[in-house]
This record gives sequence, C-alpha cells and structure tokens, in this order.
Amino acid sequence: MRLELSEEQQMIQAMAREFAESAIRPIAAEIDREARFPHETVKRMGELGLMGIAIPEAWGGSGADTVAYVVALEEIARVCASHAVIMSVNNSLYGDPVYKFGTAAQRERFLTPVASGHAQGCFALTEPQAGSDATNQHTVAIRDGDHYLVTGRKLFITSGREASFALVFCQTDRARGHHGISAFIVEKGTPGFGVSKTEDKLGIRASDTAELVFDDCRVPVANRLGEEGQGFRIAMGALDGGRIGIAAQAVGIATGAYEKALEYARERRSFGVPIGQHQMVQWMLADMTTAIEGARLLTLQAATLKDAGKPYTTAAAMAKLFAAETAMKVTTDAVQVHGGYGFIKEYEVERYFRDAKITQIYEGTSQIQKLVIAREVLGS
Amino acid sequence: MKILVAIKQVPDTATQVKVGADPRLIDTAGITWIVSPYDEFAVEEALRIKEKRGQGEVVAVSLGPERVKEALRSCLAMGCDRALHLNDAAWNGADTLATARALAAVIKQEQPQLVLCGRQAIDDDMGAVTAQLAELLGWPCASWIMEEAVDAEGTTVRAARQVEGGLEVFDLPLPAVLAAQKGLNEPRYPTLKGIMGAKKKEIRDVKAADLGLGAEPSQLSVVGLEALPPRPPGRIIQGDVPTAVKELVRALREDAKAI
Ligand SMILES: Cc1cc2nc3c(=O)[nH]c(=O)nc-3n(C[C@H](O)[C@H](O)[C@H](O)COP(=O)(O)OP(=O)(O)OC[C@H]3O[C@@H](n4cnc5c(N)ncnc54)[C@H](O)[C@@H]3O)c2cc1C
Repeated sequence: MRLELSEEQQMIQAMAREFAESAIRPIAAEIDREARFPHETVKRMGELGLMGIAIPEAWGGSGADTVAYVVALEEIARVCASHAVIMSVNNSLYGDPVYKFGTAAQRERFLTPVASGHAQGCFALTEPQAGSDATNQHTVAIRDGDHYLVTGRKLFITSGREASFALVFCQTDRARGHHGISAFIVEKGTPGFGVSKTEDKLGIRASDTAELVFDDCRVPVANRLGEEGQGFRIAMGALDGGRIGIAAQAVGIATGAYEKALEYARERRSFGVPIGQHQMVQWMLADMTTAIEGARLLTLQAATLKDAGKPYTTAAAMAKLFAAETAMKVTTDAVQVHGGYGFIKEYEVERYFRDAKITQIYEGTSQIQKLVIAREVLGS
Repeated sequence: MKILVAIKQVPDTATQVKVGADPRLIDTAGITWIVSPYDEFAVEEALRIKEKRGQGEVVAVSLGPERVKEALRSCLAMGCDRALHLNDAAWNGADTLATARALAAVIKQEQPQLVLCGRQAIDDDMGAVTAQLAELLGWPCASWIMEEAVDAEGTTVRAARQVEGGLEVFDLPLPAVLAAQKGLNEPRYPTLKGIMGAKKKEIRDVKAADLGLGAEPSQLSVVGLEALPPRPPGRIIQGDVPTAVKELVRALREDAKAI
C-alpha cells in the first residue's frame, strides 16, 4: 500500500493552502460575524478550478480526481468552513450527479457553467417533514405535455439563494413511494420558483442556507435528470460522494482548531511552565492529532475507492461519521486548551467549534451514518 | 514574441536553514523547495506579456539537480509553454559565472527576444547572474524593475527600475535582459487546469555537451558556512518602576551604548 499524493495532487493541495491563507484567512472572521456570502472569493475559487475539480475539462471542470478534491477541500476548511461547504455542494451534490446522469445537452447547459465556476448549483432534497427520512417527499411534479408542474417547499438548501441551478427532487408518482421520486434541474428565474427565506445559523454562517418554494413552476421535460423514478437513487449516489466532501471539511475544521490549540499550548503559561507541559493538556493534544490522522486516512480511503470505480458507500459513511465526531471533539478540546480565551471571539477557535457542529448533521446525521454502516455489516 | 524566464529553485522561505555535515553546504534534509519568489514575478510578467500580445511563447529554464524539475513543473502549471532543464553533473557546484555561461549558451540556441529573471535568488542572494548573463550575450540589462512595457512591434521595452526615492525609466532595444523586483506584479496561483496540464508539457533535459560546454571549474569557492549565533536571552529588569526605569536608562547608555 502506498500512501503518497501524486505530484499533481500535491500541487493542488499547495495551491489551495496558499489561496486559503492569503485570500480567505483575512476575511474568515468577518464574514462569519456578518453572515455575509463571500462572492469575491467564491468567484476566485471558480477561476482556480476549485468548483468542478473532478469534472472532465470538456464540461468546464478541472479533470482532476476525488483525492485532489479532498485535499483541496481540507485546506479550504482548515481556514473557513463556510467556503468549504459552498465548494463541496457545488462539486459533489450538484456537479457530480449532473455529470453522471446528464445527457450531453444537459451537461452543456447545466454543468459547464457550474463546473467552470461561472454559476453555482444547489441540491434540494430536504423538506420540512423529510430530513433523515428523505423518502418522505411531498414536493410533486405533475406531467403536463412537455413540461412538469412542480409544487412544494425545500428547506435548508445550501447556496439556495446564490445558485443559478437547483437540482430538485420531486414525487412524480406518489403511489410508488421513493421509487416514484424524480430529479429535475430548475433554473433560477423560472416563474413559480422563489426563495422565501435565508436561515440565521450557529455555524458556517457565511454560507447561504435558504428555503425554496415552488408553486406550479413549469419545468421542461428536457430538465429531468435521468428517468422518472430514478431520483432517489440519484440523490443517494450524490450524497455518497458528498459525504466524502463533508468528511474532508470536518478534517479541515479539526486541523485548523488543533493547530491553534498547539500554538497556544506552547505560549500560554501556568504554574510556571507552558501549559503544553501539563500532562492533561498533552493528553488532549495527542488525542486530537491522532483522531485527525485517522479521520484523514478514512477520508482518503473513501476518495481512493471512488476514483478506482469501486463501491464506496460504506467507506464514505465511515469517513463522514468519524471525521464529524472528530471535528466536534477536537474543536471542543481546542476551546478547552484556550481556557476562557477560547470562549472569546477574538481567539477564533470558537468559530471552529460552532462550525464543526453541522458536520454531524447535514448530508446524513451521525446516527444515519451508523445506520448505513450497520446495514452494510449486517447485510440487511 | 518568445520570452525566456530563468528561474532558480530555492528552499522555502519558512525553512530553518542548518549547516550540513560538509560545512560548505546546507543540510537539505526535510527542505521544501520552491521557485524563488522574485523569479515568480518574472514568470508572471512573461505570461502577462504573452497574454497582452495574444501570441508568443514563454519558456522556463533552470539549472540544477533532478529536483529542479518540480520547480519547472510549477512554472508550467502557472502557464509557461515548455521548460528546459540544464541538468548535468558538469554543473555541480556551478558558481554564478558558470551558471550565466550555461544560460547564455542555451539562450543563443533558443533566441528569445526577451529574458526575464528575478532580481536575486533568495537562497544565497548573489544577484549576479542577470548582469553576467547580459554581459556574456552583449544585451542591455535593467535590474529591480517595477514596471515594463514592450512596444507594439516588439523591438524595444520601456522598463522602470526602483532606485532610491523613485523610479528610473529606461528604453532598451530588444533582445534584452530584465530582472524583476517585488511589486512588478502579483503572481497568479496555478489553476487546477494548469496543474493538470503541466504534465503534458515538455521539460527537456539539456546537457553541457548539447551547448558545446565542458565542465568549468568554479572561480568562486565557498570556504565555509556559519550559522547565525543564537540570540542572547532578553533581560528582565526587576524592581519598582522608578528604580527599574533608572536601571533601564543606565543599561541602555552604558551596557548597550544605545542612547
Ligand atoms: C446548514 C444546513 C445546510 C443544509 N444543506 C442542505 C442541502 O444543501 N440540501 C438538502 O437537501 N438538505 C440540506 N440540509 C438538511 C440536512 O441534510 C438535514 O437537516 C439532515 O439530514 C437532518 O434532517 P432533519 O433536520 O429533518 O432532522 P431529523 O431527521 O428530524 O432528525 C432529528 C434527530 O433524529 C435523529 N434520527 C432521525 N431518524 C433517525 C433514525 N432512523 N435512527 C436514529 N436517529 C434518527 C437524527 O439523527 C437527529 O438527531 C442542510 C441542513 C443544514 C442545517
């Protein structure tokens, strides 16, 4: 087994780190405080090719692979988790399924502008009553000649207000349950499609989380992704890939917080020595870095399986579960290492602590990841 | 217009340089190597000239051991069209003049209209190669340039160089050698496409014999390297404020002779 990034992957990692340090670091605290979407830096991420990393060049992407995506995303998240989720949704939840299931014409219209960073895409599955239970879709799409009429609400949609294209899951045949779910690409500006609200959040505050409303919205049949009834499979496949991205985001958040804790442990003194000399602080630091390494390896393993065309559902669930739990634990302890200063905004670890929480929730809660893993090991 | 950029691979600016087992060399273990920052300004400027003119070729060249290919690959990822690697044991330990001779020979073969370099490499800070190169070629040269503009015909370049208190502006007939100062531009990040495409671009190995050169004994030899002495620890003056201030003033005057 070889654990080594290729020369390209290393260059991509280095570029993402430099970009994050020089362009994102200076604004990270401010956009969090103001809950402001960072248009300027997201545009630059697009120009650099970070918004369509694994999409082939023919469709506006960068033609790299999932491992490159993971290492770049971790570097961005190490500095700002909001930028990381914006990047992750565009790559994994929108770009990936549109590439995989789109016809050439659909890729041209709906993927090329998004993968090249000229527009953003979002993924609209969750509804008020359909979170973990994503099968319980109430949004309907009723066929009307060469259109569908879409009616319903989608909740907590990342980049929902910013995106030019929404990948929307709807019930086209209620009687067939989740086998009656279909996927549609709805363009911003389509009559009957509106954004009703933006959420005020605990963490990833600079990312846009919006509610989408569809009211007899006429969507051309040409905008249906895949066949009727294939929607749930498309959604689950996208989430498998997305979970690798969220795992990378969690590893990045944990790493950023750990580095701050390490630095602080060297500088802050108590009882006549740097606090890093106290065994209980050392214990925390040792646990932090060990868990981060483990989470990173699980994440890279899932990415490697995806790149090799092998099954990765379970590997992605394990990576997401372990990385999210690690991010929460590490950021909690990073605040602890900082003592009272950790509780103060000026010291920044509190931002990492707030940002970590979402990684245990979206794209399947930690409980749902355990369900996925348990089903696999029990063969049920 | 063909532009050649001469770059050097140097230890990362964050490296804690240590003297090696051979005290004339640094210990290279664990060093991350980068393109010397001033050379990045040169690469960026070359790419901008090409982009502005809508055509042309930018060739990166570097002299050094095998690892130098990584630095050349970074230049290709930024957008250079191809690279030349002067890679031969004959150049082991080449001093600035031997380096300049090798570069001059490859430039004679390539015949670019413009050569760009950094004002100095940030490892040994000699800053000599540019001038030596221009001298060997018989070309005009301007160093520490902050601005440049090649005319529409590609026959002259106007270059503004940094001097004490202002800029000194020159018109140089092409071909010429320019050496970049910080502030000339803001180097771009390589895009992912650039990085992915870099592997498909050519890095050609050039041997001394290809340039009609043999091994050249260095005229300059390093006698030894010495690490900076460790900084002595600071002194904390104890006592109440009036006494401490008095002692501080005394120490600054008598011990440090600073005031
Ligand atoms: C900031 C943010 C961004 C989001 N972005 C998107 C997006 O871009 N697109 C999108 O479609 N959705 C998005 N979501 C929605 C997110 O995926 C859901 O919130 C998540 O899946 C959980 O669903 P829920 O909130 O309805 O919680 P519920 O499903 O109501 O869960 C509540 C609790 O019950 C537990 N639970 C539920 N079912 C089970 C079970 N079977 N076994 C054990 N425990 C269970 C859960 O783990 C959780 O602890 C986002 C959410 C947030 C907060």
